[in-house]
Amino acid sequence: MSNDTTTLQVYRVYIRATPQQVWDAITDPVWNTRYGYPGANEYELHAGGSFRAVMPAGMMGPDEFVGVDGEVLEADPPTRLVQTWRFRFDEAQIAEGFQRVEFDIHEEHGGVTRLTVTHDVTAAPISAALLQGDANLQEGGGGWPWILSGLKTLLETGGSIAS
Amino acid sequence: MDADDDRVFKALADSTRRHLLDLLFEREGRTLTELESGLEMTRFGVMKHLKVLEAAGLVVSKKQGREKLHFLNAVPIRLVHDRWIDKYTERRVSALADLKHSLEEKTA
Repeated sequence: MSNDTTTLQVYRVYIRATPQQVWDAITDPVWNTRYGYPGANEYELHAGGSFRAVMPAGMMGPDEFVGVDGEVLEADPPTRLVQTWRFRFDEAQIAEGFQRVEFDIHEEHGGVTRLTVTHDVTAAPISAALLQGDANLQEGGGGWPWILSGLKTLLETGGSIAS
Repeated sequence: MDADDDRVFKALADSTRRHLLDLLFEREGRTLTELESGLEMTRFGVMKHLKVLEAAGLVVSKKQGREKLHFLNAVPIRLVHDRWIDKYTERRVSALADLKHSLEEKTA
């Protein structure tokens, strides 16, 4: 069966915002520093461009720390972003290697945008647990449900969730 | 949006549907046939429950080849948590902090 070889996680959220706003909230550090994990998600928005989630100095030691890295595979604003993703907080995470993540942004009726995140966690159980939000927030948990909940709250109310 | 919360709470207010979510939490990307085998229920019954879960956004289905796979989407649960649960636990935490503060002031 297909799911013996591939393990996907699929997350979906409906946001009262335009596709462009959702795109910006994902890709622009002005927005993506305001929800989810601390720090900025820096994208070079073209195929082959780099992706880095940079945590500020003081969080993981005295210097800035790249918590996640990857490569942009497809950037088609404001509807589709495909990238790779690798956690790099410890050796075990780095050993799991790069995973594929797809963001699909779809305009619905009535000023609502549907965002679907599909994360391929095949053979990456440590990353899968983190992304699912198994660990608590202090240990870096929360995962996609927490990130996307924060994104929705930010775009709809301009506020952030107390962490 | 309140209507969204209503759908989530109603979907969760059924033990079969919670069991389906548990099955998907254990392992994602299951077909209807797989889900059916874990339940004492007709295929039609499982389909009906899955439909309620999908309408609430708690399950997202995706076509892969000829199969329709079902995935747990925990975002609506997280939204309910962030909007409702956090609000009250935060107050409890701050009430305890206030209590500690006033007790310490008395002994000082």
